[in-house]
Amino acid sequence: MMTRRQWIGGSIAAAALVAGGAAYEFSAAGVDERAIVAAIAPVLLDGALPRDPAARAGAVEDVVRGMEVAVAGLPLELRAQLNQLFGILRFPLTRRFVAGVRDAWPDAKPDEITRFLTSWRYSGVARLRGAYDALHQLMMAAWYGNERAWTAIGYAGPPHVA
Amino acid sequence: MIRDFVREGVEGGWDVRDLSRIDRDAHVAADVAIVGTGAGGGTAAEILAKSGLRVVLIEEGPLRTSTDFRMREREAYPQLYQESAARKTADKGITILQGRSVGGSTTVNWTSSFRTPSDTLAFWRERYGLRTFDEAQLAPWFAMMERRLQIHPWQEAPNANNSALRDGAAKLGIPSKVIPRNVDGCRNLGYCGMGCPTNAKQSMLVTTIPAALRHGAVLLTRARAERFSFDGTRIGELTVRALQSDGIAPSTHTVTIRARHYVLAAGAIGSPAVLLRSGLPDPYRLVGKRTFLHPVVLSLAVMPQPVNGFSGAPQSIYSDHFMQTQPIDAAIGYKLEVPPVHPVLAATTLVGFGDTHARIMNDLAYGQVIIALLRDGFHAESAGGSVALNGDGTPVLDYPMTPYVWEGARRALLTMAEIQFAAGAKAVLPMHEDAQPYESFPAAREAIARFPMEILRTRVVSAHVMGGCAMGNDVRESVVDEYGAHHHAENLTVFDGSVFPTSVGANPQLSIYGISARNASHLAQRLTGKTAAPIA
Ligand SMILES: Cc1cc2nc3c(=O)[nH]c(=O)nc-3n(C[C@H](O)[C@H](O)[C@H](O)COP(=O)(O)OP(=O)(O)OC[C@H]3O[C@@H](n4cnc5c(N)ncnc54)[C@H](O)[C@@H]3O)c2cc1C
Ligand code: SF4
Repeated sequence: MMTRRQWIGGSIAAAALVAGGAAYEFSAAGVDERAIVAAIAPVLLDGALPRDPAARAGAVEDVVRGMEVAVAGLPLELRAQLNQLFGILRFPLTRRFVAGVRDAWPDAKPDEITRFLTSWRYSGVARLRGAYDALHQLMMAAWYGNERAWTAIGYAGPPHVA
Repeated sequence: MIRDFVREGVEGGWDVRDLSRIDRDAHVAADVAIVGTGAGGGTAAEILAKSGLRVVLIEEGPLRTSTDFRMREREAYPQLYQESAARKTADKGITILQGRSVGGSTTVNWTSSFRTPSDTLAFWRERYGLRTFDEAQLAPWFAMMERRLQIHPWQEAPNANNSALRDGAAKLGIPSKVIPRNVDGCRNLGYCGMGCPTNAKQSMLVTTIPAALRHGAVLLTRARAERFSFDGTRIGELTVRALQSDGIAPSTHTVTIRARHYVLAAGAIGSPAVLLRSGLPDPYRLVGKRTFLHPVVLSLAVMPQPVNGFSGAPQSIYSDHFMQTQPIDAAIGYKLEVPPVHPVLAATTLVGFGDTHARIMNDLAYGQVIIALLRDGFHAESAGGSVALNGDGTPVLDYPMTPYVWEGARRALLTMAEIQFAAGAKAVLPMHEDAQPYESFPAAREAIARFPMEILRTRVVSAHVMGGCAMGNDVRESVVDEYGAHHHAENLTVFDGSVFPTSVGANPQLSIYGISARNASHLAQRLTGKTAAPIA
């Protein structure tokens, strides 16, 4: 049986716990989580989000909200695992040493975030690859599930059924 | 306007009860309680109800009908799929698509309908002693379900995504065929995976379940079967947990079901989970073991002309060539098909991020995707996965990808790239984190040969979960007998995809319909003393 703590892998999870990673909810109230998503999304979705600054900010906000809705619809076990992942990204110590991001999320440079995503994507630790994949899946779904993303990709949306 | 006759039926008095609305515990009595309303549960419900038995159906998910099917991924996945279509194996290496509303996976499946392949049946007879599993004995049951569900080879032209598979394969001398589909009046829209908005797809939601409800069956929704009580020989009752209106969190209320007989049809993963929670005898620790996935690897091609893979019947062409190039228990075989290409499914499956990902997404309309379904379970190094329970009682599947399976995955990536170039692809991107778009087959071949084949590097998905309550005549290696009867609890049978002792080696729905129809008819006769009436 797999427990939450085993998910990311022993030593890393231990670090998160040392850093105070008790359970908390990823939700509208989770201001830090929103900041994390708002920092990562423009990098993960670079080239997909609109370039115009105001439109881009709105799109990032859409991704954050889309993710919140999606996470709220997940089973409790998966939500707990995501909380743990966001715990690692949130606590300065683990953000620094597990994700390799020096600056607080709102200040992190795109390059730094690209390096973080790439290092998890190709990590030798399967659980970190899984964590990258979870971010990839949630953010891609949040953006491409949104009608605003469709024109750019040549998708006219669902047909009209009479 | 499309008539939503299921909703009309409910408004007209079918007995459907949404347990998220109950405010106290309750009891329900029936002749037969069926857990799960998918391929197995739906088929059994119609047969048993028409045989005059009082049936109660228990479904964890909600009732959603054609009016709700708005063809938007963002709405469909959370409402209609297990874990919002984000269910994964324990190590997160494989994404598993399974349905979770009335009709189960049949409400969201892609309508491909194949009888169980004869080489699979031969293997089951020889290796597992399933004597009655020969083509001639099963043929009438498959034929009955083909009539019931309007299964015919697809008559219209395949969409461009499917025709590229046919044309590319033909250039290489690889034969392909037209897929039979369970549709009636299909408008060729391509949204089967989000629930058919026109009721053309002959899923359980619009066929067998309405028929059972018309015959007085009771349907409980947002109702999670938790556990059976067992007195050493028989099941006494079934405890059902009401879910809250979000459909996820358990409420404090339970419904106790007392029935003469219990049918487990919660699907692979779901059915073993109920057995594990119930602690029924399992002396050889077989429950949940040998769970198979037909692990799927994918290849994306950018074509010179639009493909519009989001439009048109999602699957209409297949090739079994690579299932037949070697014996069934030698190197792993694979079936070739294509998937629908909708934005969320594509974007989440497409490897990479940032600009490279966005550039390919911008060409979505030109994207052609082939999938290879690996036939697992026929070799000692393909023993499948095993289901365990999380702390809260929900199931999780551990499925180790073995070198044997990876070898087939690599071969399949090569095959798909070769077919796509033969079909005229400008570039091919195998779904692997180390891949780039390749502009020629030699370039792709050289790269694929060197890919590290490991989880979360090679994209692996599955929409076919099978096994975990294997049929067999030897109690030391099976959970139920060849009619689905549990080896230890005399009033329990299993009718769903969990009973297969290996994978099917073809998209499983018709195998489940046919075998469940036979076994449910057998059960009806046992319970009523009369021959079950055919349902078509
Ligand atoms: C996207 C997709 C596309 C597919 N395409 C095809 C295709 O083209 N052709 C094909 O042959 N097959 C296809 N399949 C697979 C096919 O639909 C399934 O193999 C088949 O429906 C399985 O039948 P089943 O009875 O075993 O389970 P399911 O149909 O999955 O039904 C099980 C039901 O049990 C419910 N349940 C689970 N646990 C509980 C519980 N504890 N209490 C109450 N209810 C519970 C579930 O919510 C579900 O509704 C596809 C599947 C998916 C997801
Ligand atoms: S392709 Fe046919 S069966 Fe599928 S959703 Fe469209 S109308 Fe329904």
